[in-house]
Amino acid sequence: MSVFIIRRLMQAILVVWIMSLLVYVGVHIVGDPVDMLINPEADQAEIARVIRDLGLDRPLHEQYWYFLKNALQGDLGNSFIFNEPALKLVVQRIPATFELALAALGLAVVIGIPLGVYAGLKPDSKISQTIMASSILGFSLPTFWVGLMLIMFFSVMMGWLPSFGRGDTETIFGVEFSFLTWDGLTHLFLPALNLSLFKLSLVIRLARAGTREVVHQEYIKFARAKGLSQNRIIFVHLMKNIMIPVVTVLGLEFGGLIAFSVVTETVFSWPGMGKLIIDALHNLDRPLVVAYLMVIVVLFVFINLVVDVLYSILDPRVRLRDLKG
Amino acid sequence: MKFKKMLQATAIAAVASFAMGTAFAADLTVGLGSEPSSIDPHYHNLTPNNAMSANIFNRLIEQDDKQNLLPGLATEWKAIDDLTWEFKLREGVKFHDGSPFTADDVIFTWDRAPNVPNSPSSFATFTKGKTMTKVDDYTIRITTDKPYPLMPQDVSNVAIISKKAAENATTADFNSGKAAVGTGPFKFVKWTPGDVIELVKNEDYWGNVPEWDKVTVKPIKSGPGRVAALLAGDVDFIENVPPTDIERLTDNGDVQLSQGISNRVIYLHMDQFREDSPFVTAKDGSKIKNPLMDARVRKALSMAISRDLIVERVMEGVAVPAGQLLPEGFFGVSPNMAPEKYDPAGAKKLLAEAGYPDGFKITLHGPNDRYINDAKIAEAIAQMLSAAGIQATPETMPKSVYFKRASRGAEGGLPEFSFVLVGWGSGTGEASSPLRSLLHTYNKEKGFGSSNRGRFSDAEFDKLVEDALTTVDNAKREEMLIKATERGIGEMQGIIPLHYQVNTWAARKGIAYTPRTDERTQLEYIHSSK
Repeated sequence: MSVFIIRRLMQAILVVWIMSLLVYVGVHIVGDPVDMLINPEADQAEIARVIRDLGLDRPLHEQYWYFLKNALQGDLGNSFIFNEPALKLVVQRIPATFELALAALGLAVVIGIPLGVYAGLKPDSKISQTIMASSILGFSLPTFWVGLMLIMFFSVMMGWLPSFGRGDTETIFGVEFSFLTWDGLTHLFLPALNLSLFKLSLVIRLARAGTREVVHQEYIKFARAKGLSQNRIIFVHLMKNIMIPVVTVLGLEFGGLIAFSVVTETVFSWPGMGKLIIDALHNLDRPLVVAYLMVIVVLFVFINLVVDVLYSILDPRVRLRDLKG
Repeated sequence: MKFKKMLQATAIAAVASFAMGTAFAADLTVGLGSEPSSIDPHYHNLTPNNAMSANIFNRLIEQDDKQNLLPGLATEWKAIDDLTWEFKLREGVKFHDGSPFTADDVIFTWDRAPNVPNSPSSFATFTKGKTMTKVDDYTIRITTDKPYPLMPQDVSNVAIISKKAAENATTADFNSGKAAVGTGPFKFVKWTPGDVIELVKNEDYWGNVPEWDKVTVKPIKSGPGRVAALLAGDVDFIENVPPTDIERLTDNGDVQLSQGISNRVIYLHMDQFREDSPFVTAKDGSKIKNPLMDARVRKALSMAISRDLIVERVMEGVAVPAGQLLPEGFFGVSPNMAPEKYDPAGAKKLLAEAGYPDGFKITLHGPNDRYINDAKIAEAIAQMLSAAGIQATPETMPKSVYFKRASRGAEGGLPEFSFVLVGWGSGTGEASSPLRSLLHTYNKEKGFGSSNRGRFSDAEFDKLVEDALTTVDNAKREEMLIKATERGIGEMQGIIPLHYQVNTWAARKGIAYTPRTDERTQLEYIHSSK
């Protein structure tokens, strides 16, 4: 198992390095941030000074080499715009995005599994058909549009929930969380729902498919023949067995949730990483873009690792080892 | 019947108490489209930062909503001779921490402003070439090597900070609030980037104490998001209302709009420095000598554009046709330069005179996320030019790509395009700013023509602008600026002005904004209205 983990980490380092190279070259091709940053009234000397100060007058390979040298010492450079360490800016925003993504994941599981199991147990009922039809909508409607509609209905027309932002937060261990205050919760609900819609539909479909399959298995029939209550059959024998694909997929998709939060965070002005990266991209703030993507890559690799480990715990038949040894 | 009356009475009482409740609650929540990159007033010379710093800090001279100069921390100023300016400082002013404001703070500010490390756009622009000396605790002098008439304008851009609070302070110290001690109408409380900026009123403000006890500023980048937040009652006030929402908000009885013309002109640059311009060809695609070098062709282009139509259709009425670089009422604006009349027949005639009876082919480049409706304007212009026989194709791109290419995308740092759509806001609030940057011959050493993306060059025009910039006498200078405008745009058609942008702010009923021509949202200018 340790060989497996070490190998995974080596792969991660390789991915991070390739990614940094791609981003560096990519953003360089798009342009430079000087014209976004500078006051239009600045004269030629001032423009030249800014280009020099940001190191943009050097050839690209030199800039990249300089970046790599510092990166190996843990310094990803300062944001062009904020003049603060890019990594620090990204890490500061992680809690907000994580909170949002976890809330979305929670909603997807809490709402999705019961609905999916129900639809699997009674596939012909009207309610089941409605559930499955709505899940198609959840897949196909664009997130930003649904977000605006949610704001329109819940905030503007009904006035029940706030339309943007994070609300009051409570600090634990020096990190601010909004789910601990009522105001924060009301702010969290709409963006979390918006972000969860896609995953919710996915969970419903997985749970339904799993249920349809498991419900005809011998061991369910046996449990029924033994005279076990319906509840015990569903919650113990059925649930356990449909959870494996659900956990795998959700684990893999959690990274996607974090990456997808870009859209939701922009629509709801949620002060997380997604909003930061959108602004950074608009302004071609290269250090910030690189730092963000590095954090995301590391997260993805880490989540996949956790999923693999979890999987082996849930399903004793699975052993962690590399195919080629 | 009785019951119905009672119900009415309760309803009225409820409404009345609600109205009173809002009238007494003097807390304000504001949704801004762009967030400052720092609270340090000398870190980044750009509109969002300058607008925010104006809430917390004062300048020696302030600019009012029309960019007229007003006494700020200086009560009076004058040029004692051509090279020396004297400023009398306001006495009895206290910083937010209670310490008194004196000449030492001004001297300290003047030293720090140009020297903030890693500034992405430095305030050195305003301080360079100027030496400040203290005469006594409430008098300072600034000397220059050459006569410099724009001294008050430059001084009106530098925020005065407290020597006591900000000595050795870094930009991060301002962001944390430690050094963010000013004399302005609001005191800084906290900034959580991307989330909130909190301010409270300065009870001891030397000017008019603001009516808001506490102001919460929320960055809401998306336009529809800002409008939704206002309609939902989550914010009381927003800036940059998207033009598509203006009509709907006008019809909404709960919302009050404030609109005002800005100092930003939208205009076209034309390549006038390359015989072989990359995006101009004959109609069959073969190379031709750059027709834009001929003033008659430039004039014809201007005549072929209907500014009224652009304003009415593309801008939905929210813009003003432009004939020069600043709207009426600004210093240095010519009284003789009305917007060009739409005259496609005249344009065709001029083109024929210049030797292009069949027109030519040209690409109009523009940004698509910088100015109000910028991409649509480019498309409209291309169509109008086609009606006059010039086959024009619009090509728009994000500003992050566009501006670098438009300014220095070709080899040798030269502009890449032939025909570009851009905008210019005059930070000085008078005509010399656009004249020197957009139309003066490109000159690296002197710092002139830095945004002259068509490289228009005319000796007579250059002389007028340069003379104006060293003439301290206001009347004489204004006359020169007017002459320069009439020469550069009227006679030579160095650039083609299109329209002045109009900005829109929106608030819940009972709150209004005094629109600023510099497009800034300054909290002091938000007030309750009846």
